[in-house]
Amino acid sequence: MTEPPAQLQARGVVRSYGATPALRGVTLDVAEGEIVAVTGPSGCGKSTLLHCLAGILRPDAGEIGYRGQRIDTWSEAARSRLRRTEFGVLFQFGQLVAELTAAENVALPLLLAGTGRRAARTAALSWLDRLGVADLADTRPGEMSGGQQQRCATARALVTEPRVLFADEPTGALDTLTGEQVLGHLVRVAREQRTTVVLVTHDARVAGYADREIAMRDGTVDHSGLGLVGGPR
Amino acid sequence: MTPERVDTAIHSVNSGLVSSSHVLLGLLAVGAMHGYDLKRAYDNRLPQAKPLGYGQVYATLGRLSRDGLVTPAGQDRDAGPDRTSYAITPAGRAALDEWLAAVEPPAPHVASTLLNKVMVALLVADVDRARRYLTAQRRAHTDRLRELTALKIAPGARLDDVIAADYAIAHLDADLRWLQTTLDRVADWHREVRA
Ligand SMILES: Nc1ncnc2c1ncn2[C@@H]1O[C@H](COP(=O)(O)OP(=O)(O)O)[C@@H](O)[C@H]1O
Ligand SMILES: [Mg+2]
Repeated sequence: MTEPPAQLQARGVVRSYGATPALRGVTLDVAEGEIVAVTGPSGCGKSTLLHCLAGILRPDAGEIGYRGQRIDTWSEAARSRLRRTEFGVLFQFGQLVAELTAAENVALPLLLAGTGRRAARTAALSWLDRLGVADLADTRPGEMSGGQQQRCATARALVTEPRVLFADEPTGALDTLTGEQVLGHLVRVAREQRTTVVLVTHDARVAGYADREIAMRDGTVDHSGLGLVGGPR
Repeated sequence: MTPERVDTAIHSVNSGLVSSSHVLLGLLAVGAMHGYDLKRAYDNRLPQAKPLGYGQVYATLGRLSRDGLVTPAGQDRDAGPDRTSYAITPAGRAALDEWLAAVEPPAPHVASTLLNKVMVALLVADVDRARRYLTAQRRAHTDRLRELTALKIAPGARLDDVIAADYAIAHLDADLRWLQTTLDRVADWHREVRA
């Protein structure tokens, strides 16, 4: 091949939960810095695909590649290290630690990676600021609105400056306007950092924030042309 | 005239006007303007709408003037006939108020070229043909939705643009949902159309 390998690759990925097939052979490429939306009806395998790409789940068959290396064969410890250093994850809700303030929550991934307390707090404050929630630094999640919590969670997912952000329905629990504010911040910051984003959503309006859409159906990528949008930017 | 007669007269004037005429009337209610400035104000307030042609603006002003809703209110000294400025009249104000208060009928009849195309595709061709069309239409809708989203989140986007884009996005989203369910139903529909 003459082209450089895609940053993220799936090749014939198959995954079942017991007798329930979730992925039936998924092949796709994601380029560095690209924002892709993975769309499709509920139950079509979007979350399972995201977990496989992020090295959280292991496929039953097929391969997952990251920057030219096959990672699905790595040990749990090696994949866990990869997730801590290279990836960020953002879910619908429930990622912030209730007992910690926003700044402490955002600093947490850095502390776990061995960064000193002061440096971690400084970075956390700067990321809260970039997400427009600097004033919430000393507030606990229970006292925040859903949108504020998701902005803090986004700051936490990005504080380690990951190369890839995996986001699974990050605005699924928010009203339209609040969701737009979260997405607006997320996309702007990702572009500034050249972070790749894999954004799982069932909502066409959310997918509108991506450069490209990967449409799924019944555990496969829909290559019939239902894949909605054109090639990379 | 009795108030009722006046209302009827206003109503018949209003029902003869397209909504861009009411926008022009609304802009004149803010202050008198000549056609050139009026066109610019229109395009500026509704940046996502189809721009009005000058010809259209002057024709509308002529019509509004004939109906007594606007009246010439002076000329710019350095200009030709196009520099006549227009002001809204009390009758124009009443027509505008009536238009603002009138609820638009929520489309009682479904008429859509998209729908018609799928139906005719099934009539004269087959499920594949209908699916090809639905798929291509879906891609075009999604591309447009992405363009509008980019416009909304562009740095320095004005609320005029954002709100107009919101409106278009909501309609594209509705069409996209319909396109998807129709893709899922088209085989069954074909059996019915051909039965
Ligand atoms: N933990 C699980 N145990 C059993 N079945 C699961 C589990 N997670 C997902 N599934 C099933 O796998 C399929 C794909 O699910 P998922 O990847 O969550 O789809 P999506 O995110 O598109 O809604 C579905 O049929 C779902 O019911
Ligand atoms: Mg899911």
